[in-house]
Amino acid sequence: MSFLVDSVIMFTSQVLFFGFGWLFFMRQLFKDYEVRQYVVQVVFSVTFAFSCTMFELIIFEILGALSSTSRYFHWKLNLYVILLVLIFVVPFYIGYFVVSNIRLLHRQRLLFACMVWFTFMYFFWKLGDPFPILSPKHGILSIEQLISRVGVIGVTLMALLSGFGAVNCPYTYMSYFLRNVTDSDILALERRLLQTMDMIVSKKKRIAMTRRQMYQRGEDQNKQTGFWGMIKSVTSTQTGSENLSLIQQEVDALEELSRQLFLETVDLQATKERIEYSKTFQGKYFNFLGYFFSIYCVWKIFMATINIVFDRVGKTDPVTRGIEITVNYLGIQFDVKFWSQHISFILVGIIIVTSIRGLLITLTKFFYAISSSKSSNVIVLVLAQIMGMYFVSSVLLMRMSMPLEYRSIVTEVLGELQFNFYHRWFDVIFLVSALSSILFLYLAHKQAPEKHMAL
Amino acid sequence: MASLDRVKVLVLGDSGVGKSSLVHLICQGQVLGNPSWTVGCSVDVRVQDYKEGTPEEKTFYIELWDVGGSVGSSSSVKSTRAVFYNSVNGIILVHDLTNKKSSQNLYRWSMEALNKDSSPTGVIVSNGDYDREQFAENTVPLLLIGTKFDQIPENKRSEVLTRTAFLSEDFNAEEINLIPGFTDRKRFNFKSLHYD
Repeated sequence: MSFLVDSVIMFTSQVLFFGFGWLFFMRQLFKDYEVRQYVVQVVFSVTFAFSCTMFELIIFEILGALSSTSRYFHWKLNLYVILLVLIFVVPFYIGYFVVSNIRLLHRQRLLFACMVWFTFMYFFWKLGDPFPILSPKHGILSIEQLISRVGVIGVTLMALLSGFGAVNCPYTYMSYFLRNVTDSDILALERRLLQTMDMIVSKKKRIAMTRRQMYQRGEDQNKQTGFWGMIKSVTSTQTGSENLSLIQQEVDALEELSRQLFLETVDLQATKERIEYSKTFQGKYFNFLGYFFSIYCVWKIFMATINIVFDRVGKTDPVTRGIEITVNYLGIQFDVKFWSQHISFILVGIIIVTSIRGLLITLTKFFYAISSSKSSNVIVLVLAQIMGMYFVSSVLLMRMSMPLEYRSIVTEVLGELQFNFYHRWFDVIFLVSALSSILFLYLAHKQAPEKHMAL
Repeated sequence: MASLDRVKVLVLGDSGVGKSSLVHLICQGQVLGNPSWTVGCSVDVRVQDYKEGTPEEKTFYIELWDVGGSVGSSSSVKSTRAVFYNSVNGIILVHDLTNKKSSQNLYRWSMEALNKDSSPTGVIVSNGDYDREQFAENTVPLLLIGTKFDQIPENKRSEVLTRTAFLSEDFNAEEINLIPGFTDRKRFNFKSLHYD
């Protein structure tokens, strides 16, 4: 009986998450496009719904809600469905839509989509070889094989995003890094842009007029016959077209310049807006947060290095350790069991919410930046794939943040994966990503004022 | 040569509707082989004989300013784009007949271009809602062009044409639908092109 009740609860929450994913898709992602293939929207919402259900199950685990057998059952069910979607459904549809865009292969879409899918499976399988993720006692078609590979990809993604985010966050929040931009700078740049455009226009007018005159003269040329007429026509058109190609080259160079000027002006405008924003109350608040986050970021990089160098993996989670410290060193006595449950619930809840929110925002930004009306379907499906893999691996990694008694279900359901490997891998990629982001941002920052000075 | 009068016309519309192809077709008389993203603004010029064959014949330079981007761009892009909207003689609004959103976004595009004079700070003051009164006092002629008609399946064509008729009524604009030829999917034929 309780199993039925639990299943109903799970099902309702899944429907809710599905609805949320659907709305997000319509309102945020596909704001400027028309949804023609509803399959894409359904697949995206399904991926989102099942990923959120996984998080929900963790929360239920901590809170002790629902009976443990039904929890276990739903975990397994959820996991199978999500793996099915991530490995079979989404890649197949990605292949299908990519192939539909290519005109040559349009007729035999299904065939080529299947071929693409088989190639994907081959590489996906091969991915597991260089990593020590499995113990040899697992069969070839077990669930662990699939999860381990999904986990590797997802953890890599998480670490890359995490590293970049950890560095970028203080960089964007703090006003220390904002370059000084005045209104007159922007006006000067805009004037240059318009001057360049005027130059392009006048050159194009010359080309158009010359072409028109050549065309009109060309009609007279056709009437000229005889030997001298032929020679005259050859020489005059040659100088005409030489002139034209010269002007055309100048125009191409000017157009390139106008594009660069446009991008620089946009950059300056954005900086000016950020400067204005930083003077507001909200801006000052974010500036303060930025200092805080930069310290946090430095600490994380430091911890990652220590973990790698000293080859240690944290045995206890922060909650238990924090409680131990307060009890042992500060001598405050309180009900460990009660508090550890609540604190882990809050901590895990915060991690889940911020990671979902952060991922959705990043995906939206990414989507706006690179999508066009042709490729929007493919890109959304790729984003759904990334989102699914990201959420699966965050469940994997979250195991470390939970006290032992709650870890058990994750360990049980996901099978005997080498969890330590994943944490080590995360640290390595995080470090690499954070350091390269620092380098990248440093170079970008250095280059910009030089460009500005050269004006 | 340069003493001919100039006419500045803006070509506005969402990304990928075919503005660059259209401009290339008008000015060069050929189909654009490899269209790519327009960054910023690209201009092309056509020499046009106004009222050809009549005694009032006058030759003009028509400058077609093809402004790239989307309505949802950040405000820094919008304020930079606003420098192109100075002293405009006419606006061509381009939308994709296979994509309804691009037609809806035309309202926002025209608001952006026409509101330029009333907001000197470059920030768009209105909240983007369509206001017919503003169009009533608008003196800049508008031309609405729908592209990619050949990509609509046969049975949906009349529905699309009705929708676009309503749209051009809203704008008080002239309407042209480009009917393509056989081979190239983007080959267009013109019926007529005239300005007030």
